[in-house]
Amino acid sequence: MTKRLISILLSVVAFLIGWHIFTRYGDIPEFILPSPFSVWNRFLQAVGDGSLPYHTGITLLEIVLGLLAGVLFATVVGYILAKSRTLERLLSPYIVASQAIPVVAIAPLLVIWFKDGILSKVTICALIVFFPVLVNTIVGVRAVPIALYDLMNSLHATRAQILWKVEVPASLPIFLGGLRIGATLSVIGAIVGELVSAEQGLGFLLQLGDFQYDTAMVFVAVFTLIALALMLYGIVTLLEKRFLKWQN
Amino acid sequence: MIRTPILTIRNLTAVFPNDNGGLHALDAITFDVRPREFVCVLGPSGSGKTTLLRILAGLIKPTSGSFTFGHGEQPSIGMVFQGSNLMPWRTVIENIKLPLEIRSVPEQTAIAQAHEMIELVGLQGFEDALPHDLSGGMAQRVAIARALIHDPDLLLLDEPFASLDAMTRERMWTELSRIWQMRQKTVIMVTHSINESLFLADRVLVLTQRPGRIKMDMEVDIPRPRKDDIRYTLHFGKLARQLRGAIM
Repeated sequence: MTKRLISILLSVVAFLIGWHIFTRYGDIPEFILPSPFSVWNRFLQAVGDGSLPYHTGITLLEIVLGLLAGVLFATVVGYILAKSRTLERLLSPYIVASQAIPVVAIAPLLVIWFKDGILSKVTICALIVFFPVLVNTIVGVRAVPIALYDLMNSLHATRAQILWKVEVPASLPIFLGGLRIGATLSVIGAIVGELVSAEQGLGFLLQLGDFQYDTAMVFVAVFTLIALALMLYGIVTLLEKRFLKWQN
Repeated sequence: MIRTPILTIRNLTAVFPNDNGGLHALDAITFDVRPREFVCVLGPSGSGKTTLLRILAGLIKPTSGSFTFGHGEQPSIGMVFQGSNLMPWRTVIENIKLPLEIRSVPEQTAIAQAHEMIELVGLQGFEDALPHDLSGGMAQRVAIARALIHDPDLLLLDEPFASLDAMTRERMWTELSRIWQMRQKTVIMVTHSINESLFLADRVLVLTQRPGRIKMDMEVDIPRPRKDDIRYTLHFGKLARQLRGAIM
């Protein structure tokens, strides 16, 4: 574990040194590629004046709400589709079609419908999270061994007992795999929405930096996004460690 | 020895719908089971033995015919499946107490009873092991403990030792025989092993090829407790030959 941490740290340090040397001796203007030091300084400044925490908070709120809504909706729909072949046949064309449209293409539409406040970003985020969680919920619930249903039925278990004692734990590994993908995508969803139209959030900060040739600010925003995505990924990994101990 | 039957099965017939007129699995099965009797149902694969068990467990409805238990109540069932059919996310003790959980028995009582069952099947020290750490024989002991913990009216065994190696299987016969004598359950066990049925049963029913009909109903008059070496006696050989003749 420590060995892994050290190697990760080493690779980051090597990357930063390479970056520094490249900007220092490569004769590259700051507005094209700022040095790691000016990004760091810009970061401190943005933290100091409160703008970075504020915009990060907004984006995080959109992500968390979007993720919750998307996961909740996808889990319920996924469970129903897993249980009913007829419904799945009826609805799957729409679900697949909805996935053929890139979210970027309908983002402006959603902004028109839901105004340029936080709701449109939450919706985009939820939409992008929906599909991977839906698919994995369906696959997960269908993968529950039939023999376990037989066992529960021979014991006269109720529907609720079958759900909580068999279907949820048995489908959890595959479901969490979907959540892992969804969590990472949720960051993209929020940013796409903010890039279309927003007065706040990391996407707004990104665009502001772009307009003002404040390239260091763009980098600060991008790195903050990476940090958010890694954090969400880490949370799902922790959930897997906690709930899937039995898989070794 | 005449005892009033506890289970009466009358004209059980099962036809499964398929493309050419339906698959006729069982045909007019009629027999009685006395209290605490150990009945083995022997037959070639495809004779509908498992279908018979699934009907008695309430997992499928017969096409026609009926069975009644005791005073007409739905019997409580303990079932042991072909594979151990344990929940891989539950420890040994958690798997064993499942039937009590389903009946909302208080946790304390359930744990205490599960410990008793663990002792009965000789798995002390493995309470907190997970199924994938158990050998096939041990997993099947857990399954037997789980099937007995709620003191069911009827113990149904569906080729419980089919997936075990020969040595383990024979050890499990002695084990099951011992457990059955301690618990005094009414047992119906499906198997395709002549030795297994003669070693364990009070009575062996031989089914014909599909559609399954009762071809032979044999009392096994070998005194109990039966030791491993009874299989090499002349009498055992004679009964085995009769059963073999009926199956062919």
